[in-house]
Amino acid sequence: MKFTWFNLMPWPDLPDDFREKNHSVWVDIDQKLFDPERAHTVYNTYMDLLEYAGTVGFDGVGVNEHHQNGYGIMPSPNIIAAGLARRTKDTALVVLGNSIALYNPPVRVAEEFAMLDCISGGRLVAGFPVGTSMDTNFCYGQIPSLTREKYAEAHELIIRAWTEREPFAFNGRYNKLRYVNIWPWPIQQPHPPIHIPGGGSVETYDFCIDNTYSYSYLSFSGYLRAKVLMQGYWDRVAERNAPDASPYRAGFAQTICVAETDEEAERLYWPHVNYFYNRCLHVYPGFADAPGYRTIKTIQTGALSQYAPPRGGYTELTWKDLVEGGHVIAGSPETVRQRMEDLIKGLNVGNIFCLMHVGNMPADKCMYSTKLFAEKVMPHLKNMFPEWADDDRFWCKPLKTLAKPGSLPSERDAAEAVSAALV
Amino acid sequence: MDLKTVQTEHVPVQYLEGGSGQPLVFLHGAGGMTAEDPFLAKLSQSFHVHAPFLPGYGASEEAPELRDMLDITLHTLDVVDALGLKDPILVGHSMGGMIAAEMAALAPRDFSRLGLICPVGLWMDDHPLVDIFATLPFEMPALMFHDAVAGAAMMTAGRNVSDPNFLQTYLVQNARQLGMAGRILFPIPDRGLSGRMYRIRAKTILVWGDSDRAVPPVYAQEFKRRIKGAQLVSIPEAGHMVTLEKTDQVVDAIKRLG
Repeated sequence: MKFTWFNLMPWPDLPDDFREKNHSVWVDIDQKLFDPERAHTVYNTYMDLLEYAGTVGFDGVGVNEHHQNGYGIMPSPNIIAAGLARRTKDTALVVLGNSIALYNPPVRVAEEFAMLDCISGGRLVAGFPVGTSMDTNFCYGQIPSLTREKYAEAHELIIRAWTEREPFAFNGRYNKLRYVNIWPWPIQQPHPPIHIPGGGSVETYDFCIDNTYSYSYLSFSGYLRAKVLMQGYWDRVAERNAPDASPYRAGFAQTICVAETDEEAERLYWPHVNYFYNRCLHVYPGFADAPGYRTIKTIQTGALSQYAPPRGGYTELTWKDLVEGGHVIAGSPETVRQRMEDLIKGLNVGNIFCLMHVGNMPADKCMYSTKLFAEKVMPHLKNMFPEWADDDRFWCKPLKTLAKPGSLPSERDAAEAVSAALV
Repeated sequence: MDLKTVQTEHVPVQYLEGGSGQPLVFLHGAGGMTAEDPFLAKLSQSFHVHAPFLPGYGASEEAPELRDMLDITLHTLDVVDALGLKDPILVGHSMGGMIAAEMAALAPRDFSRLGLICPVGLWMDDHPLVDIFATLPFEMPALMFHDAVAGAAMMTAGRNVSDPNFLQTYLVQNARQLGMAGRILFPIPDRGLSGRMYRIRAKTILVWGDSDRAVPPVYAQEFKRRIKGAQLVSIPEAGHMVTLEKTDQVVDAIKRLG
């Protein structure tokens, strides 16, 4: 199993009446709710938490890309990952990911990911989301019904830039480049492992299967609701005669809160779970799905956007609703272990993106939950798929020996060396 | 109106045909059109109407290769050609008006009469247009009609909104239609028409509802300013769906081109 500690980086100070008084948490969120000086502390605390997760045994730390979003203040995950590359030792850097249709030209992604791979010594796990409609269409202005074509071209360009060792011309529809010749290119060969976040598009299933990429379902609604979607993926894996159904072909994001007991979990974490599920997810439904963004085939399979409100409108979700409904796996280490086992077996997923920081959770509680999970839950789940223990196709392959920050000689040694060189 | 098909380079195109008189081509707006459209019925009492569906609309197949304004303008010129029409009266509503204006600018010798009913295609920073791509169905009537209550009834006419299949059918239709429309309208419906409008030579009638909230009447002035000799017909108590709210008055205005 591969456990990645994930932080969406929510803004922690959305007011109590946010949902009543605001149009949307995303796209046209009120500028005045942001405070750059407060953000200085928030970003640094969030990065501290990611670094902390790297010290307690998680396989990876994860970041993602959102724009104009009150629960994800990370428009550039690569900037965070660059900081983490220096401040973590042997943890995978899971950048899940860069919305490649938004970069002009997309060789920028090939370059920045190659930089991250080189700086981190081959610890990059790369993600290529199509991007949500909010980010891609409404914030970044991409034409909905052309987004996927542009994405496909960006993907082709990036893979070629990573793998071809001669300059080449790329005459794409959206990118005309006479000389593609990136410097640097990545350590991991032929390229870093690729995970594709998806939300139930048949096309995305096939794209992952055909390219041996891991399919990630990044939902906030938990593993019980994910069954149908993930089953659709595994059915497709079988239908397309993929050589295997390794659990590492799939990943899943799950909100997790661990305490000593179930009661303690509710007492400690409910305010923050409430903040996230009942406040942060207030997305104006008109932004959920620009017409043309999803393909007709996908709509016909009945996959509705997870950002669209449930039929009948929103209701306040209680702790009981969220825990019983599986949105949140919370409780004692034993409760969490059992439910995680259900999740892992039920969905057949080898990559878990653990949403351990929730809403406006302060650092102390987040560390407490993280440590309990790492020490009392994770070890019991590590070997759930012994038959696939050698499947390394979907995870990074770091160098044996990694450079460390702080490698410089003392100023005195440096001066002496210079003197010697001048003799 | 009869539903017919004409072959083009790209896909077979469905069109509605009816009436007699001078040939007229009508290009529908982003919301699409139906064979029961009362405006087409009225128009066909005075003209020989040809109303092609843009690919993705109605029963017309999608044409993924039509990606931008030039593709769609040339495609629509191809349709007029394929229908065997020479210098028809060219009329467009909203998005259809944008396409018609582009056609008249691109091929000024082919069109001597142009009717633009509250067209899009221009953008004024001080008067941002409504984002129809982020508008929910229940919000539409107030934006599209002078009389939102009557408008809502017109929009849902003939549809069983409580049918469980309605949502999926609606989503598919919306994705097909607005997915195509987005190629020239999203996120801002300006594809450079303002720089090409000087080429339009056609006698031009502009028709606008005074209470148009989707494309406010200030845009009528801008179109009038940019098309030489254009006449503006302003219609009181009408919104963006002026063709439905004031059908007779719009047809009367178009008749000035006949």
